Amino acid sequence: MSLASLAYVREAPEPEEAPPILSSGALAWARANLFSSIGSSFVTIGCVALIAYLLPQLAAWATTRAIWSASDGAVCRQHQDGACWAFVITKWDYLRFGSYPAAERWRVNVAEAIGAALIIWLLWINAPRRVWAAFLFFVVYPILALILLRGSSWFGLPIVDTQLWGGIFVSLLTAVVGIVFSLPLGVLLALGRRSPLPAIRLASVLFIEFVRGVPFITILFMANNLLPLFVPETWTPDRLLRPLAGIVIFSAAYMAEEVRGGLQSLGRGQYEAAMALGLSYARMTALVVLPQALSLVIPGIVNNFIGLFMDTTLISVVGATDFLEAMNNAIKDPIWAGPTIMVTGYVFAGIFYFVFCFGMARYSAHIERVLAKGRK
Amino acid sequence: MSSSLADADRSDEAAIRFSGVHKWYGSFHVLRNINLTVGRGERIVVCGPSGSGKSTLIRCVNRLEEHQRGSIVVDGVELTDDIKRIDEVRREVGMVFQNFNLFPHLSILENCTLAPIWVRKMPRGEAEELASKLLARVRILNQAHKYPGQLSGGQQQRAAIARALCMTPKIMLFDEPTSSLDPEMVKEVLDTMSELAQEGMTMIVVTHEMGFARQVADRIVFMDLGEIVEVNAPLPFFQHPQHERTKLFLSQILHIRH
Repeated sequence: MSLASLAYVREAPEPEEAPPILSSGALAWARANLFSSIGSSFVTIGCVALIAYLLPQLAAWATTRAIWSASDGAVCRQHQDGACWAFVITKWDYLRFGSYPAAERWRVNVAEAIGAALIIWLLWINAPRRVWAAFLFFVVYPILALILLRGSSWFGLPIVDTQLWGGIFVSLLTAVVGIVFSLPLGVLLALGRRSPLPAIRLASVLFIEFVRGVPFITILFMANNLLPLFVPETWTPDRLLRPLAGIVIFSAAYMAEEVRGGLQSLGRGQYEAAMALGLSYARMTALVVLPQALSLVIPGIVNNFIGLFMDTTLISVVGATDFLEAMNNAIKDPIWAGPTIMVTGYVFAGIFYFVFCFGMARYSAHIERVLAKGRK
Repeated sequence: MSSSLADADRSDEAAIRFSGVHKWYGSFHVLRNINLTVGRGERIVVCGPSGSGKSTLIRCVNRLEEHQRGSIVVDGVELTDDIKRIDEVRREVGMVFQNFNLFPHLSILENCTLAPIWVRKMPRGEAEELASKLLARVRILNQAHKYPGQLSGGQQQRAAIARALCMTPKIMLFDEPTSSLDPEMVKEVLDTMSELAQEGMTMIVVTHEMGFARQVADRIVFMDLGEIVEVNAPLPFFQHPQHERTKLFLSQILHIRH
């Protein structure tokens, strides 16, 4: 064979063709993910059978066989094969507000509604004027909420002592305060840990490692018992403020390590490019470094938020009444004693925590998709 | 105006003056007694084998690296630990990197307007106008609203050049600007740089592109082992290299390229 016969020159372009059938679509997906082998087909069928067996029973327990209205636990004690929603409905106001005076509960509703509206405005990516939302939420809202919830003689709102606060309201308050304060504090600690100034670096490292090395309950007890010793007696921190400070401190240390991971994954070139353009350290950090570092660690940050939301259940050890503690108290009511009542109460609490945590997880996944779409 | 007075004071100064500059990385002596004066509007190409200190040399000009002995005066300002002086120099010196180092979270336009807005305090509209003008000049205005990750390497590097030019620098530093580009994209970046050179920009370019050096450079600086071995105009540099090390280097790279 001569060399010339090995040479090749294309004369017509290769046409573009549609992919073969069964390489895409629902059928192809099922074949690839559910029935890719005999073993996987068995697992798929087994799981479907199990769900088909359990789900109707669970649904019947929660709906058709459940007790929806009762004046006390007697009916629920007789029908032990269904949930006792009557208990949750009767106790709802206590679960929601704790011992907050009934006549003043509208204030909690108003504060929560405003907060929810602002959070939605803030989290909705394409919403107009999100800077305003941020200003209202971070500056105006805390003052407004404090006046509404605590009360103020100026506005004719009777003072409600925080000892009376409780239920879902306190859980949400703790979570929001924890999230809003721990993230910026965590960012500052993470930057401090990478600071060229040894004193700041050492202080950050000591804080982070100390807090990470101690269980949350210990931090709560310390916040509860030590905080009053460090401030003047007339200025003793509020009984609810102490666990709030504790949760912010605890969460900030973990947040700092998460953010540090993001800072470290940023290439040196980004810093050099920012410096070469003449950006100062503060501007470089705010405009170039943090936007990238934080968006890299969104899953970890949200993971911390979810952990923080769960940890709010621990503030009851220093006397605060969060939702789970309110539920515990409600279950102890002798009028409503009964096995299904307890189960119903905890199932309801479980659903409550799941809804919030799942919501946060889905939102973070959504944000990641939005960020990924534009940039890569 | 005080600024024009300052310019007058500096008018007889060189753009950049290295005097007896030494630098060490730990105990490694990376720059050894560098003496070099770059005139205003002069185009310098720095070449040499890898590890010869050529990147370190230009990174000292805007203090991305700090030198330990000798003095570097940029546009009349001596570089010291004084952060104000460093910022002053960085405002006047643009830099283009081997790996582009565009900010991936900002669009091309935002990359270009970031420093004018935050460092020069330029109003946003004015900064966007300037950026559009410069993006048109490097022929990627139609990509202005895309993100860096959506552009080819050559387009990204041209965007990086536009970003540096948006600060209206007096001096431009290029640190191997074509070394991480696909072969087909080298020319578009070199063309952009040649245009810039024709407009009288003071440039120091670290590159292995000898064709570019031959056409554009006023002088070529050859470095090896942290010292300047030979400085000459392109024609004599390529045709009659004096130092043995230069001859060896040229024979190696020209052999590869032809």
